[in-house]
Amino acid sequence: MNEFPLLTLTIWLPIIGGLVVLASGDQEKSLAKWTALAFAILTFLVSLGLWIGFDSSTAEMQFVERSAWIPTFNVEYFLGVDGISMPLIVLTTFITIFVVIAGWEVITYKPSQYLAAFLIMEGVMVGVFSALDAILFYVFWEAMLIPMFLIIGVWGGPNRVYATIKFFLYTFFGSVFMLVALIYMYFQSGSFSILDFHSLQLGMTAQTLIFIAFLLAFAVKVPMFPVHTWLPDAHVEAPTGGSVILAAIMLKIGGYGFLRFSMPITPDASASLAWLIIALSLIAIVYIGFVALVQQDMKKLIAYSSIAHMGFVTLGFFIVFTIVLNPNLSSGAIMGIEGGMVQMISHGFISGALFLCVGVLYDRIHSREIADYGGVINTMPWFGAFMVFFAMSNAGLPGTSGFVGEFMVILATFRADFWWAVLAATTLILAAAFTLWMVKRVVFGEVKNDKVAALSDLDLRERINLGVLAAAVLALGLWPAPLMNVMHATVENLVTQVSACKLPAAERAECELARPETVATLN
Amino acid sequence: MENLYLTIVLAPLIGAIVAGFLGGRIGRRGAHSVTIAGVGLSALLSLWVLTAFIWGDLPVFNETIYNWMVSDGISFEVGFLVDKLTAVMMATVTFVSLMVHIYTIGYMAGDEHNWPHGALSGKNSYQRFFSYISLFTFSMLMLVMSNNFMQLFFGWEAVGLVSYLLIGFWSTRESAIFANLKAFLVNRVGDFGFILGIAAIAMYFGSMDYAEVFAMAPEHAEIQVALFGGVSLMTLICVLLFIGAMGKSAQVPLHVWLPDSMEGPTPISALIHAATMVTAGVFMVARMSPLYELSEAALSFVLIIGATTAFFMGLIGLVQNDIKRVVAYSTLSQLGYMVTALGASAYAAGIFHLMTHAFFKALLFLAAGSVIIAMHHKQDISHMGGLRKYMPITWITALLGSLALIGFPGFSGFFSKDAIIEAVGHSSLFGSGYATVLLTIGVFVTALYSFRMYFLVFHGKERMDEHTKHHLHETPWVVTVPLILLAIPSVFIGWYAIEPMLISDWFASGDWNPIMVAPEHDTLLPLREHWHGQVAFIQHGMTAWPFYLAMSGLGLAAFVWWLVFARNPRIDEQLQALGGPVTRLLQDKYGFDDFNQRVFAGGGRDLGRALWMNGDRALIDGAIVNGSARTVARMAQRVRHLQTGYLYHYAIAMIVGLVGLLTLFVTL
Repeated sequence: MNEFPLLTLTIWLPIIGGLVVLASGDQEKSLAKWTALAFAILTFLVSLGLWIGFDSSTAEMQFVERSAWIPTFNVEYFLGVDGISMPLIVLTTFITIFVVIAGWEVITYKPSQYLAAFLIMEGVMVGVFSALDAILFYVFWEAMLIPMFLIIGVWGGPNRVYATIKFFLYTFFGSVFMLVALIYMYFQSGSFSILDFHSLQLGMTAQTLIFIAFLLAFAVKVPMFPVHTWLPDAHVEAPTGGSVILAAIMLKIGGYGFLRFSMPITPDASASLAWLIIALSLIAIVYIGFVALVQQDMKKLIAYSSIAHMGFVTLGFFIVFTIVLNPNLSSGAIMGIEGGMVQMISHGFISGALFLCVGVLYDRIHSREIADYGGVINTMPWFGAFMVFFAMSNAGLPGTSGFVGEFMVILATFRADFWWAVLAATTLILAAAFTLWMVKRVVFGEVKNDKVAALSDLDLRERINLGVLAAAVLALGLWPAPLMNVMHATVENLVTQVSACKLPAAERAECELARPETVATLN
Repeated sequence: MENLYLTIVLAPLIGAIVAGFLGGRIGRRGAHSVTIAGVGLSALLSLWVLTAFIWGDLPVFNETIYNWMVSDGISFEVGFLVDKLTAVMMATVTFVSLMVHIYTIGYMAGDEHNWPHGALSGKNSYQRFFSYISLFTFSMLMLVMSNNFMQLFFGWEAVGLVSYLLIGFWSTRESAIFANLKAFLVNRVGDFGFILGIAAIAMYFGSMDYAEVFAMAPEHAEIQVALFGGVSLMTLICVLLFIGAMGKSAQVPLHVWLPDSMEGPTPISALIHAATMVTAGVFMVARMSPLYELSEAALSFVLIIGATTAFFMGLIGLVQNDIKRVVAYSTLSQLGYMVTALGASAYAAGIFHLMTHAFFKALLFLAAGSVIIAMHHKQDISHMGGLRKYMPITWITALLGSLALIGFPGFSGFFSKDAIIEAVGHSSLFGSGYATVLLTIGVFVTALYSFRMYFLVFHGKERMDEHTKHHLHETPWVVTVPLILLAIPSVFIGWYAIEPMLISDWFASGDWNPIMVAPEHDTLLPLREHWHGQVAFIQHGMTAWPFYLAMSGLGLAAFVWWLVFARNPRIDEQLQALGGPVTRLLQDKYGFDDFNQRVFAGGGRDLGRALWMNGDRALIDGAIVNGSARTVARMAQRVRHLQTGYLYHYAIAMIVGLVGLLTLFVTL
């Protein structure tokens, strides 16, 4: 426990880096860029230490750092990671590198502030994933909004004010209720430690209210239907880097929240309301699939595609309750959660790459309209190859990471209910339809207009950027075992937690009605 | 052995990677050399494996190569299962692929003319093409050599991807990129069923491994699932898996993509859309025979779909004038024959026909390609004629291929098709009568469209323009040699392979049966019992209905499109006009395309637009999000009036409030 404070370093190194970049000013543009890149890469290397030093045989928190922060309220500076948060931290530090590179030449307005915002954002997001104290978590959670708000608001498109306010209000609206729930649990347990919350006994009414409070916060972040409409607007207005971070990391925080808070803290309420989340997830997959089909704007299309793919994440998480409550099913729960987790990581790569692809085109022609393109491959063969590759990954082609999570979630959902699996599997058709139809109109065909005819292919910087992401997508698709091995112990432990009954003794009967077998074994 | 099998699989992959990424550096010659070397090596080793199974006693190989992942107690692995069934597929795939590779040198030699001037996507297109077809060979080998359901799905989708890339190879052509999107999406409809089938297996068997699942299958035969008012688990699994096969093997109603796939260059029509990829569904069902044998309902479903495809798609071939489309509809029809054989539990006969068809249909496509080269990429058979004088090798090989296709006695197609029709005739499943009738009449249709095309292309007067006619000549040796090499098995393979594949119980021996048939479904049993050698089989065949029908089809075709056509060149149109509504129905392809285009493609877009406009925009954003913002603003406007700033207003309010409260307290 008294090891080197690796987590603290991963959080504060980029934040300090951000301040340094900020201080370097805009006079020496290349200085700011190289400093930012150096800090991003350094942070990634530091975070790799987490992966290397991680003990995948235990579900215990690792790299734990714990010291008092506000003793009056028993608030602590309490950090630690398990098999769920560690991969997400590495994803964060990995993706940030590409964001820095992507903003390299395009951002001419206050580039040092732009880069600083991303580095600070990186540290804060790592903080969200590693905080084990509820107040610390909440601070990071809200702090995350500020750089994002600035990134969209300052470097965004023409309609950025509407988008930022919508983004801010939506997410802020959700998180206020979460704060209330956290404070309530503090009064119950006398501690702000999330791990203490996990073992807190709560009555059904309290659980339900807490569950709903969390749901409001996390559902907005994921985003789930019907609180998803901020995402397309935010993406459209955000600069490329902002879109990448938004899609690749920020959405994952919602999914992470369900795993860290809702499911283990309120398992009984989660179980009784799982139908709601499952229904909303299936709506996200099918309804949003159709909506994505008719988008005219590439970024909107990819944003809607993100919502549909995140539907798989929440579906994978919440079918777990149907499975553990069914005495005829002995397994499937672990696969659902692991599938959702893989889907989050994979979506980080793929959506990030797709937004970078759109960014490449936008940098050249300054349009995101599908109709303004056509036959791009004739002038940009390298770009075309990458675009087709990432589109295929987005459509869940086996061999790419996009397949792994979808496949696992469909397999797990089938156990829960045949018809849910049927609805989930429609993504095979819908995702292929909306992604490849876009590719057909943008990439293939004859050169549509003079602007397309004048396009220049990817430069080395862009090729490296997309090439490394493509390699990551392939590696995860061809051999997901290393990622899975990291998660197994934690997910198994989580399934045990969500199977347990947390109602106080007086309400136990309700548990026994719902799940006769599991209660018997746990008592 | 593991290294041998790995070599077979990886050699084409390495070729594909080298040609794909270094194509610009190694040039055309380097690209085709490296890919041909890779596929050639695989083909040689595959043939060795096949012969070692036939004459030696090569043991069945079933091992894991690497562990993909483990989740929830199910191990997902990449591994190979090589038995006799696999060996036949491997040899067929790699041999046809090698022929197509060689042929491509000639066919794609002038590919720069297929691209708009200056298009960078046309740069190195020759090398890219070789890279794709080698990648295809790798994917197809992964599919047939898989020992588990997950890898099967991998191969299944990977061949779909390459098919997508190759149909749309000439990506500046609108028709090509329409066709490849259509092909991918229709296949995805099939895969939708397929993945649910795999999910059902994962749930009930807890394993992805073929051997484990097959061993457990009999215990699961009695399980009923509470769906559709109660259905047996095996029926559910088999039908779901077969929906996948319907997509890949283009069975009605998921056949619509295959004719359009002809937009791709001809070599891939031969390799992917005739000989190998489209037969993946047939292979898959044969591989799953231990499951299909447990569900007669599923077998009946397979039987009926197959027979419907075999007959009705053949009919469309009669009214097509594009040389490749005639062959494409013929492929649909022949796939129907194979699938019908599977439905009748004659899996061995289905695989046998798969193999003979791979040779003669690849031959016919490549011959068609040879004609297309000579005709300067014009494909309309009504403007051909008399080509036999100019291209003797193409002519003779195409004739041999056509005879094999219609099942002329002694040719390979005769053995395989007769075996299928006979087996279906012995089936007692629901729908077998329907299937027998359709398959038998189908023989007549096959002969008619095949020789209509043959006579229109190779006989009669030359009907092309003077310029084309002036340049007519036989194609170069890289084109004709593969034709000859494919013509040899098209003629002889049936004679040699029928005994090992159908008669001597080749697929069912030892402790591992690649194909399992329940005794009560063994429709090939009569053939085995009454087997007196190939000559007797031919003699017997020449006294049966299919033979008469094939000959009358051939005779009628010769009469109409050779004899009558010589005097009246408009006979084709006149006949079609005579057909009236029937011709129109066939030309509309029974309306499948229009229906799909309107209902699924158009309907999907309309639904999407409606949901977006009414759901996201009007309801959520309009009414709720912006609506609540407006409500807050309006409320604020109203409430603001209360704060007037006049002291007497506040005083009045206070007094009213006070009185009100006092009243309340007093009455309480």
